[in-house]
Amino acid sequence: MLPKAKLWLSLIGAATILFSTQIQAAWELNMPRGVTQISRDTYDLHMQILWWCVAIGVVVFGAMLWSIINHRKSKGAVAATFHESTKVEIIWTIIPFVILILMAIPATRVLTEAYDSSESEIDIQVTGYQWRWEYRYLRKDSDEEEVSFYSILSTPRDQINNQLPKDETYLLDVDNPLVIPINTKVRFLVTSNDVIHAWWVPDFAVKRDAIPGFINEIWTIVEEPGIYRGQCAELCGIEHGFMPVVVHAVEQEEYDAWYATKQDEARVAREMANNVVTMSESLEAGEQVYNTTCIGCHQPNGTGLPPAFPALAGSSVVNGDLEANINLLINGVPGTAMAAFGRQLTPVQLAAVVTYIRNSFGNATGDLVQPAAVNTLIQAAQ
Amino acid sequence: MSASHDDHHHGPAKGLTRWLYTTNHKDIGSLYLWFSFAMFLLGGTFAMVIRAELFQPGLQLVEPNFFNQMTTMHGLVMVFGAVMPAFVGLANWLIPMMIGAPDMALPRMNNWSFWILPFAFAMLSSTLFMDAGAPNFGWTFYAPLSTTYAPSTVTFFIFAIHIMGASSIMGSINIIATVLNMRAPGMTLMKMPLFVWTWLITAYLLIAVMPVLAGVVTMMLFDIHFGTSFFNAAGGGDPVLFQHVFWFFGHPEVYIMILPAFGIVSAIIPTFARKRLFGYDSMVYATASIAFLSFIVWAHHMFTVGMPIAGELFFMYATMLIAVPTGVKVFNWVATMFRGSMTFETPMLFAIAFVVLFTMGGFTGLMLAITPADFQYHDTYFVVAHFHYVLVPGAIFSIMAATYYWLPKWTGHMYDERLGKLHFWLSFIGVNVLFFPQHFLGLAGMPRRIPDYALQFADFNWISSIGGFLFGASQLILLVVVIKCVKGGKKATPQVWEGAQGLEWTLDSPAPYHTFATPPDPKLIHAQ
Repeated sequence: MLPKAKLWLSLIGAATILFSTQIQAAWELNMPRGVTQISRDTYDLHMQILWWCVAIGVVVFGAMLWSIINHRKSKGAVAATFHESTKVEIIWTIIPFVILILMAIPATRVLTEAYDSSESEIDIQVTGYQWRWEYRYLRKDSDEEEVSFYSILSTPRDQINNQLPKDETYLLDVDNPLVIPINTKVRFLVTSNDVIHAWWVPDFAVKRDAIPGFINEIWTIVEEPGIYRGQCAELCGIEHGFMPVVVHAVEQEEYDAWYATKQDEARVAREMANNVVTMSESLEAGEQVYNTTCIGCHQPNGTGLPPAFPALAGSSVVNGDLEANINLLINGVPGTAMAAFGRQLTPVQLAAVVTYIRNSFGNATGDLVQPAAVNTLIQAAQ
Repeated sequence: MSASHDDHHHGPAKGLTRWLYTTNHKDIGSLYLWFSFAMFLLGGTFAMVIRAELFQPGLQLVEPNFFNQMTTMHGLVMVFGAVMPAFVGLANWLIPMMIGAPDMALPRMNNWSFWILPFAFAMLSSTLFMDAGAPNFGWTFYAPLSTTYAPSTVTFFIFAIHIMGASSIMGSINIIATVLNMRAPGMTLMKMPLFVWTWLITAYLLIAVMPVLAGVVTMMLFDIHFGTSFFNAAGGGDPVLFQHVFWFFGHPEVYIMILPAFGIVSAIIPTFARKRLFGYDSMVYATASIAFLSFIVWAHHMFTVGMPIAGELFFMYATMLIAVPTGVKVFNWVATMFRGSMTFETPMLFAIAFVVLFTMGGFTGLMLAITPADFQYHDTYFVVAHFHYVLVPGAIFSIMAATYYWLPKWTGHMYDERLGKLHFWLSFIGVNVLFFPQHFLGLAGMPRRIPDYALQFADFNWISSIGGFLFGASQLILLVVVIKCVKGGKKATPQVWEGAQGLEWTLDSPAPYHTFATPPDPKLIHAQ
């Protein structure tokens, strides 16, 4: 019989997977309690409502099951003739209403707490892009360098395509995690550069939509050091499943040291835009940029997914005028998925990736682009 | 009784034109139901692709872009192609027979409202074969993913939605006109079967919100082609406006897909409990209350967009209130079964499963209403589990219950009870194996609409997929049962079921092509 045959096939397939070494069984059933006051309050609220539902379920389904067992015709049950009772209707309108009030009181309290984002010590702007997060630490005074960076999935494509065994943190790893200190009120200002995303860390009970044109506020005070992982929660296009959120919560001293390093890096990067790069450096750096930024649409071999995502291999743009090619990357193509990367990538990265695509996938223009040249075009575009 | 005086009327025409030109409510009802079943299999095929890809971590079968097309098309086809037309088909078949009317009030519009549907879905499905691919932005099509960033086929999608909306509006007008004007003498409003009541209220919901849906897709059309910026922040527009307008349609839409189900279950449980429905009046008032509340809860789909706290609280409280009238309904069904004399034929099995599993979907709905907890549940598989519990063992089980219950009246034959029960049990087991583990996946943190997932979600995903394949394959049994029943089988009596009450059961089985050309004897109309 068809359904049974299919069931057996699936069971055999499932058993194979179950016993393969690659998968670590984790039968997680419930919401994490998390590491913040809000996440624990949310968990308690969740459990409280769940137990209310279980209790109501036991009563209602119990009464039903009892009737099904005892009031069946085969047992000789004769139907009663009652069919209404205003008193009963009033009782089972009022009791649920009272239970709802009992649920609403703690829910209102937790919500009020969660909405109080005042008096934060660190403000971080979180911007969603297709398909990465940008973290920008708002400066406390104008002498500071601005620390901002992109956080991109670092799980290798070969793991996703089943060419390599999958890591324990498969799809939940990024190149640059967000770093925040523990026991400090951190406020996130969440927005987006293109479509709607949602920034979510389950252990903080923090989830907020990143909406273009809006800045949403949300905050957290993490109480335990650790690495906390989440994902984009709002469908944002092709690579929606591939933009994780990773937060390192560290001791204050460690955070201070990290922040100081980032300050130095930012200073160096600003200066590096004037450096001269070699072809081999550029190709290597460019490949990295391509694999994290461009590969989703333009594909590993530059073949694209026409017509929405044009091929780069043999493309008239990539093999044509160099300046036009750089400008296209800086400004994007309005009305298409090609974003304006002038703000998303540094001049060094842009120069490298242009060099890379113009000398890969069978393209052989021989062009070597310098960061300074890109910087000039970015200035001109603004 | 009615067959004798209907004999001098003409029967159905022959051949294809019978179906193309028909203005007969029974023919149109059958067209709707067959169309709905075809769409159910199509949307189900999309779901099978989704569950196959999610069977294990990694990308095996489809590209992420095609995966997104599958989730989008699955949602659109199931909501607009399977569930809604099935209820309209049942309304066509049953409402005139239940209220003692000869046909629907507007028979030509009835024909038109059906026949535009196949074109709408042909157009929507054709995008799968176009270079740009089918819509890939989810059935909720949030802007600007569905406008600035959409594939060019979005225009076909918009036009298809317009046609579906027009069809629904015409269908609703027809039902309202029929119920309000064509009831037999003695059929007062408070004597109407609950299926008629719930459909009357549903029809008003449809007329209220379908134009809103049409409005929002028209705004999209203008953003895409005519340079407006309704939803484009860069042009001074507001992407959140899209969600407000969409869910002002979308939430009542949810009740459009469940109120007629309440009516069906309220017909079946009394029949097989051999006892009158408990609390008829309160059922009518509860339905009306749910319909009213459905207009003031839409933003509970948007708790994470960053509304002011006053808004969050209002929508939380309003949403929680829905539990009251819904609870009343469940309690009434249980009270109807209490001290009845029950038998468990296939329609009753589906109806009981409906009450239990729909209520479980209601419980998770209540949990989702709690705003701070919703921050954790939102856009995870917990939500997927919730709405599939109310829609599959909810709405779709009720449609199957109705099919088994009225099939003998439609075909004149009893269906194969053994196959019916097999279909029920495989569906019941399949649907729970499919959707119950998704609660755990969502709580553990798996977002919805992703083609690949982290390793800790692997186990529950393969279990869910097995349930999906079982449930999907089981539906072919329904097809076999219906075809067998149309072709032959034990002759059905007019009454069909021992405990059945209502005007449709006073007619011969199969019901003659034209019924109630003269009004039924008022003595046959009883209080429900």
